[in-house]
Parts: sequence; C-alpha cells; structure tokens
Amino acid sequence: MKYLLGVVLASGFLTSVAIAETTSPSSVKFTDDGVMASLTGKAGDAKSGRSVFANRKLGNCLACHINSDLSEQSFHGEVGPPMDGVADRWSEAELRAIVANSKVIFEGTIMPAFYIDAGYERPLEKFAGKSILSAEQVEDVVAYLLTLKEE
Amino acid sequence: MGIKAITFVSALVFASSTYAQDSNQLNVEGEIYASTVAAPSHMENVDTLYSGWHFRSGETQALQLDDFDNPGMVFIDQGIDLFGKVDGSEGKSCESCHENVEDFAGLRTALPRVENGELVAMEDLVNECRTERMGADAWKWSSTNMTAMTGLIGFQSRGMPMSVKIDGDAAEFWEKGKELYYTRVGQLDMACSNCHEDNYGVMIRADHLSQGQINGFPTYRLKNAKLNSVHARFKGCMSNIRATPFKEGGNEFKALELYIASRGQGLAVETPSVRN
Ligand code: HEC
Ligand code: HEC
Ligand code: HEC
Repeated sequence: MKYLLGVVLASGFLTSVAIAETTSPSSVKFTDDGVMASLTGKAGDAKSGRSVFANRKLGNCLACHINSDLSEQSFHGEVGPPMDGVADRWSEAELRAIVANSKVIFEGTIMPAFYIDAGYERPLEKFAGKSILSAEQVEDVVAYLLTLKEE
Repeated sequence: MGIKAITFVSALVFASSTYAQDSNQLNVEGEIYASTVAAPSHMENVDTLYSGWHFRSGETQALQLDDFDNPGMVFIDQGIDLFGKVDGSEGKSCESCHENVEDFAGLRTALPRVENGELVAMEDLVNECRTERMGADAWKWSSTNMTAMTGLIGFQSRGMPMSVKIDGDAAEFWEKGKELYYTRVGQLDMACSNCHEDNYGVMIRADHLSQGQINGFPTYRLKNAKLNSVHARFKGCMSNIRATPFKEGGNEFKALELYIASRGQGLAVETPSVRN
C-alpha cells in the first residue's frame, strides 16, 4: 500500500514536470520574429522530423510541398512552395511559428495550423480539442526543416 | 550532382502531371461533349469550367470514352432491371407508370430543384415514387439500388448541359450552399474552395486537384469499384479534412449540391463518369 502510494506520487510528480516544460497550444507566444522558445524546452530530433514530414497521418507536409531530400517518396504535392533551401529563407523561430500556426504568418493560407487545439469548426469527434501534431513533433519538424539548406 | 539530378527528375515528373486540363477533348462514343466552358457570371474567381475528366490520368480518361470499356455501365444495366421490377404493396414497377425511361432526358441537368418550398434531389424523387406510389420502402441515399437508379435516370441526360435554377425560390438554398462551400471546417480547417477553386490543376500528394464538379454523378470510382453518389463524395472530402460530414440527403448537402451544380453550368452531363 505504502509502496503503491509512492508510485502514484512519483508519477504525478513526473507528469507535472513534463507539463511545466511543454508549452500548450493556447499559450504559444508569437512575436514579430516568430516563436522564440522551443515548445518542449528541448531541441527537436531532425531524423524523426523527417518522418513526421512525410507521414500522411501526421504532418503530411509532402502533400503540398516538393522536397528533394525525400526523393525516395514518389508523390510530392505542389500546393505550397518547395522546401529545398527553406532554412536559408527562414529562421528557426520563424519556422516554428509557420509550423505551429501558419495563419499567423500567411493570412488566409490553405496550410493547416499544426499546433492549435481549438478555433476550428465541426472536427471529427476523435480529433476534437486536439492539435494535429504534438509539441515534440513540431520541434522535430522544425529541427528537420533547419537541415534543408542550399547555400 | 546527386541533388541536381534529383531536382531534374522531380521537375520532369511534375511537369508531366500538370499537363492535363487544356490538352484534349472528351469524345464519348463519337460525340464531343462540352467539358470546358466559360464560367457563369456568378462565379467571381473562376473563368473556365473544366470537367473532372480532364484531371484524370490517360488510362482513367480512356475508360469513359467507350461504353464497352466504361465499368459504370454494368450498374446502368442493373438500373434497367430495377426499373422493370415489381416492388411494394401496390404491385407496381417504375415502368407501370413511366413507360419509357428515356422520358427522363433533361431531368439530371435541372436537379436539385425547389418543390413546395423544399429543395429536392433526384434521390428524393425516386423515393417519393417508391413510398407514396408503390408502397415500397425508401432506398438508402447512397445504396447500390439507389445509385443504379439515379445512374440510369442521369444517363438519359448524358451530353446535355447542366442548368439548375438558382433564382426565385431557389435563391435562399443557393446562398446557403455558397456559404457552405466557402466555410472552413475540420481539424485541417479548410473549405471546399481552398482545394477546388484556389488550387485546381495542382497536385496534392498523388491527386491532381479538379474543380470538384458534379456533372458526372453518380460516378464510377476505380477506388471502390461502384457508383458513388454526390453526397457520398462530399462526405469523403469532409472526412479527409477531419470534419464531421453533414448527413447524406440532409438540407446542407442538398444546398451544397445545388450550389456546386450551378458552378458546372453548361458542362455536359457525363453520367456515369469514371474517376479514380
Ligand atoms: C494543404 C497544403 C499544405 C500543407 C499540408 C502544408 N503546407 Fe506548408 N505551405 C502551404 C502553402 C500554400 C504555403 C505558402 C504560404 C501561403 O499560403 O501563402 C506554405 C508555406 C510553408 C512554409 C514557408 C515556405 C517558404 O519558402 O516561404 C513552410 C516552412 C512550410 N509551409 C512548412 C510546412 C510543413 C513543415 C508542413 C507539415 C507539417 C506543411 N508546410 C504542410 C501549404 C501547405
Ligand atoms: C404509380 C405510378 C408511379 C410509379 C409506380 C412510379 N412513379 Fe415516378 N412518378 C409518378 C408520377 C405521377 C410522378 C409526378 C408527375 C410527373 O412528373 O411525371 C412521378 C415522378 C417521377 C420522377 C420525377 C420526374 C420529373 O420529370 O419531374 C422521377 C425521377 C420518378 N418518378 C422516378 C420513378 C422511379 C425510379 C420509379 C420506380 C422506383 C417510379 N418513379 C415509380 C408516378 C409513378
Ligand atoms: C484538401 C483538399 C480538398 C478539400 C478541402 C475538398 N476536396 Fe473535394 N476532392 C479532393 C481531391 C484530392 C479529390 C479527387 C481529385 C479531384 O477530382 O480533385 C476531390 C474530389 C471531389 C469531387 C469529385 C470530382 C469529380 O470530378 O468526380 C467532388 C464533387 C468534391 N471533391 C467536392 C468537394 C466538396 C463539396 C468539398 C467541401 C465540402 C471538398 N470537395 C473539399 C480534395 C479536396
């Protein structure tokens, strides 16, 4: 019994630490220079960001963006600009803002906001109140985009 | 070297996949169909209307040119059988009252339409005859029997230009449909217009975006190998953007159907069209 209680307390403590470090969708701060701080408090993992970018159920960024770095994937959409050299055009903070909520940067864009959990109408029930990507996945994608340099 | 070569190859792939919409004619069974026409004046952001046929691959396009190759024709034949089949408490078939199915020529072009203050789609007309005049059960909106029947009736108008009425008592429904067309929905927060007006002609992953026209419905899709109703297609597009679809046969989808039909003004009816 004592032991169980200890476990419960310990895990409660761990989750509250995790919550404290992760910025929730509604508290992301957009400045003129973008979103300055990592949403997780840590640097993202570019390798996992690469797969989030391609994954149809996650970023599905490839649906709209050509990306030579993912040439092993056969279909690249062309709704938005190619991602080649995107890190030469935008800073880390700007890329984080574009991925978290592109509408803040590009008014009226078709590009979905990947880190909002409210403000959209009639979501399918299983997606209601959820963001498309988690804070980690946003950071992973940002880390990946930062590798796309041409210069 | 590596990167240059790859860019070159992908440039080629994309160049060849965007060719379609102006390049060829829709010639069904030797008859040339109006598949690109000037947009009606109520459309502010589009000059030319294109049938969805123009955006499909050469192989898919070919299937629609000859009725022997068109996989949708099997279902039209099923519709013919159903038309002559007695059903319900009155012991009647459609044919008991509608001697010749060809008399329905032109009906597809003008639906949905307003009757007694309500917007009525072809499915409503069929079910009204079944329940009120045959004593039979209503068919479900997108059931195999219903799409076979709407396919058969629509087929009688093949080649005729779409022309729904949008003024008078239709105006309020049309306005409602227009609003739905431009309203963003779903977790992906998109409107029909974002894809089918702002980006037709463009590849979205493996799909070549069309104007989302409905002049070919019910449509045979290679994806599910059957005829698909207009509302089932609307439902699919809404689910893809993670939105809760409206009800098939409900007022929202009927209003949207009227509005989108009016965005196809002048395009030839292609029922049964073939899409992927
Ligand atoms: C539905 C299409 C769509 C999807 C999906 C999409 N984008 Fe975009 N994206 C766009 C469009 C369109 C623009 C151009 C901005 C505008 O609308 O004017 C854009 C712009 C961008 C830009 C700025 C590019 C530049 O060079 O200016 C970045 C970076 C970007 N997107 C990253 C992403 C990432 C990462 C994802 C996936 C997590 C993604 N996009 C998913 C459509 C999309
Ligand atoms: C008992 C007679 C009867 C039967 C049986 C019957 N109908 Fe009708 N149908 C009518 C009448 C009467 C109308 C309304 C008058 C008109 O427009 O012809 C009508 C109208 C229609 C219309 C609208 C036509 C238009 O131009 O507005 C369609 C479509 C239709 N019927 C289809 C069917 C189908 C399909 C069946 C079989 C499932 C069927 N009907 C069975 C009598 C019948
Ligand atoms: C994310 C982009 C997107 C959005 C938003 C979207 N669709 Fe589509 N839609 C598609 C794709 C992709 C296809 C298949 C290729 C094509 O015909 O464009 C399609 C096909 C269609 C078709 C079939 C066209 C034909 O020729 O058979 C219709 C009709 C349609 N959509 C209606 C709608 C309606 C109504 C809405 C709004 C409720 C909508 N779509 C929203 C992407 C979209």
